[in-house]
Parts: sequence; C-alpha cells; structure tokens
Amino acid sequence: MPVPAALFLAQRASALVLAPLVLIHLGLAIYAIHGGLSAAEILARTQGSLGWSLFYGLFVVAAAVHAPIGLRNVLREWLGWKGVGVNLALAAFGVLLLVLGIRAVSAVTGI
Amino acid sequence: MLGPRSQHHKGRYAALAHRLSGVLLAVFLPFHFLTLGLAIEGAARLDGFLAWSDQPLVKIAEWGLVTLLSVHLLAGLRVLALEFLPWRSARKGWITAGGVIAAATGLAFLASALA
Amino acid sequence: MSDTQDTLQVRVWRGGEDGEFQAFAVPRREHQTVLDVVTYIQRELDPTLAYRFACRVGMCGSCGMTVNGRPRWTCRTHVDTATGGSAVLELEPLRSLPVIRDLAADMTPFFEKWQAAQGRATGTRTRADDTHRIDPASPRRQAADAAIECINCGVCYAACDVVASDPDYLGPAALNRAWTLMNDDREGDRKGVLAAAMAGGGCHSCHSHGSCTEHCPVELNPSAGVAGLKRLSLLAMVGGKV
Repeated sequence: MPVPAALFLAQRASALVLAPLVLIHLGLAIYAIHGGLSAAEILARTQGSLGWSLFYGLFVVAAAVHAPIGLRNVLREWLGWKGVGVNLALAAFGVLLLVLGIRAVSAVTGI
Repeated sequence: MLGPRSQHHKGRYAALAHRLSGVLLAVFLPFHFLTLGLAIEGAARLDGFLAWSDQPLVKIAEWGLVTLLSVHLLAGLRVLALEFLPWRSARKGWITAGGVIAAATGLAFLASALA
Repeated sequence: MSDTQDTLQVRVWRGGEDGEFQAFAVPRREHQTVLDVVTYIQRELDPTLAYRFACRVGMCGSCGMTVNGRPRWTCRTHVDTATGGSAVLELEPLRSLPVIRDLAADMTPFFEKWQAAQGRATGTRTRADDTHRIDPASPRRQAADAAIECINCGVCYAACDVVASDPDYLGPAALNRAWTLMNDDREGDRKGVLAAAMAGGGCHSCHSHGSCTEHCPVELNPSAGVAGLKRLSLLAMVGGKV
C-alpha cells in the first residue's frame, strides 16, 4: 500500500472514530462547565471508572493518529517541508500526544 | 495559500477554517493533556489550576476552543460525506449549516459557563 | 459594436518568471472580451506580446490565462465580468505552470502529470473482434460521460490550491481522466490506472476545496471524480488489493 494512501486511510478512519467521541465530549464540556469546574466534581465521577478510561483512552489513540497526519499536510503544503525530517517530527508528535494523553486518562480515572 | 486576488468561494473558506482550526487544536492538545495530568499529583493540584482558569480571559479561550472543535468536526463531516457518500453535490449548504451549528455550540458553552 | 470614449487600464505580465507588469490603455468597446483586449494590444500597441489563442469561440481551451486573479478562457470572458465594473484589467499567465513568455505558460508539466496518472486508454480488442457493448444509461457510463469532455485547457490545474502548494500533486484534470477510465468498460488496465491515481501525488492529496469544479469552463466536476477515485482506492485497500 503506498504511504500516502495508508495515511489517508488512517486519517479518515480516525476521523470516523473521533466524530462521535467529539460530539459526546462537547456535550460533556457544556454540561460540566455549568456552575464552574472543580477537581472534586470531575474526579468523583471519573476515578475508578473503566467506562471513562476506555472512552478517553480510545479518544487519545484516535487523536494521536489524526492530528499528526493532518499537520503533515499543513507542513508539506504551507511550509514546503518534505522528506524524512517532517515524517519523523510528526511521528514524534504523535508519540508525545499518546504518552501525555494516556497519562492524563490514567490520572483522571486512576486506571 | 490565498493568492493576491484569491478566488472567493465557500469551499475554499470551509477548507481554510478546517485547516486553521485543526492546527490550533493540535497545538492546544498537549497542554490539555498536561493539565489533566495534574490530577496525578492529587485533586488539590488540579483544583489550583482550575481556580486559575476561572478568569474571564481563560473562559473566552475555552469558548474559542469549543467553537474551533465544533468547526473542525462539522467541516470534517462534510469532507467525509463528499469523499465517501455517493456524490450528490458539493454540499455547500453543509458549510453554512456547519458555521451556524458551531457558533451555536460555542454560545451554548458560554451560556452554561455564565449561568 | 459601438465605440465609447472610455479607456480600460490593462496591466499585462511581461517576461518570464521574473518579469513585471506593463501598463496599456485600451479603448473600451461594448461586448468586449478579454481576448479582444489582448489582441488589440498585440496588434496596435506592442507586437512583441506573446499569448495563445486558437478558435476564439470557446471550444479549444487554448486561451486560458489568469484574469484579475482567476483562471479563465479569455475568449469567453467579457471584460465587465472580469473587472466587476472597475476600469482595471490584470492579465497573467496561468498559475502553477512555468512561464514561457508574457502570457504564454508551458503546458508540459500538465501533460506529464496526465501521463503519470495513466490518463491513457489501454485497449483489449482488435479490429477483428466485436465492438464492446456498453449501455449508455448504465451508471458507470454516465459517470464516464459526465467527465470525458475535458479539453485539457489547464484552468482547473491553475485554480487548484493543492497544485499550487504541492509540486507532486497530479491535479484535477489528470485525475478526472483517470476517473473516466475507471468507469470505462473498455479499459484493459483498471488496476494500473487506480495504482497511478493512488500513488504519491494522487487523489489522496486532494482536500476537496472544489476550486476545479468552480472554474471549469466546460462545467465538468473533477471534485466528484477525485472523490470517486478516493472511494475506489478505499475499496481496493480494504479489499486487500493493494
């Protein structure tokens, strides 16, 4: 499979996964911001929850795939960065998102 | 990108909004994860940040992010429709609808935050 | 056509890539097309001006150039339409192609990409065989028919933002031709055409801006064709055929 085709597939597939997750996340944000945020309120709901950890775990993985591929297009087209350098930089960004994201999910759910 | 007297049509603006919102969200995401990760150090640490984030400027930034995420989602749904549903039209109505829904989502967030 | 006292200010690109604009004053006439203006300049004001045209009647696609920032056929563009009523007309060669001189762009890369997309038919029958029987009403034939009138004018190529920012992108016209072949029952190497359309610089580089369809003077829809190629490529990838 040619690389651009594989990246396209991954980008669109991750988009399909993200769409419903983002919708739910937006709903949650609008609901949660009501009356202000506090750690106690958030953590009371999320700590020990397998459901939340799966939901946000999936969210993190999909975002870690989707964001770097999208940025790759921007860097290639608007900054003219091509070749191995830009691919490595974006792969590193993807790993960063994955690591920070899983850490955040684990922090908030305790799992 | 945009030429000196660039062609003004909705499809191009939708693509630009999709791209810019994506870039800004991608830049924001690591910070979002780091903030949430503060919970590792205990609820009090997270509360410290949340208290800081209670200022108007931060709320405006949060409103912006919610709107950007909505824009990106809706523009992206149109792209997915154009590419994977049988071609019917350029679905330009989706652009206007997307703009309206994204704005409404942002306002809903603001209303909820101020209530 | 009546003469008026009005004058049109025309800025014309002169020279190669590192050229500059030169100003001319051209008498305004009713129903004047941009090609009329360019012809006037070359005949009456500066015979060294280089530009292309052929049929003058919107059939050949030779007269494509950038008119007030938009790629158009000059023979089919009234000055009023191009200027929006202002008195300034700005003419440049088509975007994203090397400049030969003045308003003439080098179409070679356009046609090279056409070939790179395998935009050429591969036959399977000889004169000794029966002709193919194709139902004109079949969905595939209708899809092909909707896209085959392309006369390679290059306007869509010049309009495309991805072509402008990604030198590898094959462009809407080449991919549109590949799409017609994918829908043509007579095509003998559909596998090769799809592989060419899916390679680096192929259909996956398209971001669905739709500028190609907005500008095509023949009212074709390369956006739809490229989207169709994306669908075919997805089926091929998921079906393990790549």
